[in-house]
Amino acid sequence: MSDVGAFIASPWGSAVAIAAMTLVTFLCRIAGVVLMSHVRITPRVERGLRALPGSIILATILPAALDNGWPALVALGAAIAVMAATRIDLLGLAAGLGTLSVIRALL
Amino acid sequence: MSSSPRPFFSLAGLRHGARASLPAFPGFIMFALAFGTAAAQKGLSLAEAMGLSLFVYAGASQMVGLEVWQKVWTPTTILTIMMVTAVVNSRMILLGATLQPWLRHEPIARNALNLFLITEAGWLIGTRYHTEGGRDVGVLLGAAITLWIVWQIATILGFFAGALVPEPRAFGLDLVMPIFFSAMLVPLWKGVRPALPWLVAGAVSFVTHALVPGYGYIVAGALAGVIAGMLIE
Repeated sequence: MSDVGAFIASPWGSAVAIAAMTLVTFLCRIAGVVLMSHVRITPRVERGLRALPGSIILATILPAALDNGWPALVALGAAIAVMAATRIDLLGLAAGLGTLSVIRALL
Repeated sequence: MSSSPRPFFSLAGLRHGARASLPAFPGFIMFALAFGTAAAQKGLSLAEAMGLSLFVYAGASQMVGLEVWQKVWTPTTILTIMMVTAVVNSRMILLGATLQPWLRHEPIARNALNLFLITEAGWLIGTRYHTEGGRDVGVLLGAAITLWIVWQIATILGFFAGALVPEPRAFGLDLVMPIFFSAMLVPLWKGVRPALPWLVAGAVSFVTHALVPGYGYIVAGALAGVIAGMLIE
């Protein structure tokens, strides 16, 4: 055990840390696929799964947007509006960034 | 669901995915530049910073990892950084769960590579393609490989030239990821009713974010959305 401790305390410790982080991250990355391959897909589960992508997006962006005040909300709204009108993701992105820059420049 | 075409894999899909990943470049470049800069400031070697970007390849956990990074490691500090990483990256479990029906028939080695490279941005691009009826797994992998390469280049640039990067706020780039995410919400729109769980997800996420520190709000909100989806007929 002290051998392990000595190795971790050596300059190799950083490599051990990176390997440990890599391992747990990879487990997180594969866990969803492994888990769902053991779940029987009933209509109810399917409805839940269908709601997941949009739920992940909203759960990710809403707190970030609200933390940054109304200019952020307007910028997200502009990105959504242009994306809905054109279906071109680069234009939606540009509209959001442009709107936010302009509002911040004027404030 | 049973009427949808069978998943397959093609090189043309790889190219398609590489092209489709372009809108995610600004966010990736900004985040990896910031990580490279922070890693250099914290005193990490280039090998350490690149090791994190090459293998862990998960921005939020790389940043949080820097906060608990050590000059001399002990088994306890290794365990700490592992725990912190697991907490921050647990949201990736959800990404995999949505991809499972698409990846079900893939060879295991290619699935391992595809999932090793999965990020929210690559997942968004793949999910949009899948929602619009595409089934070529190559698209997911093509976007993933391209974004991984962008991440490495931007990490190196940030490590050596981070001080030269202009203030991102002036161009709205500090919010480039939420803006990209919101644009990618549009192709998922199938009407008001299927979007009701999204509102539940957003509300639960917001409340969790206000009450609990850390990144748990994403998982809490997304799971609330799934439960709402299961309950709403």
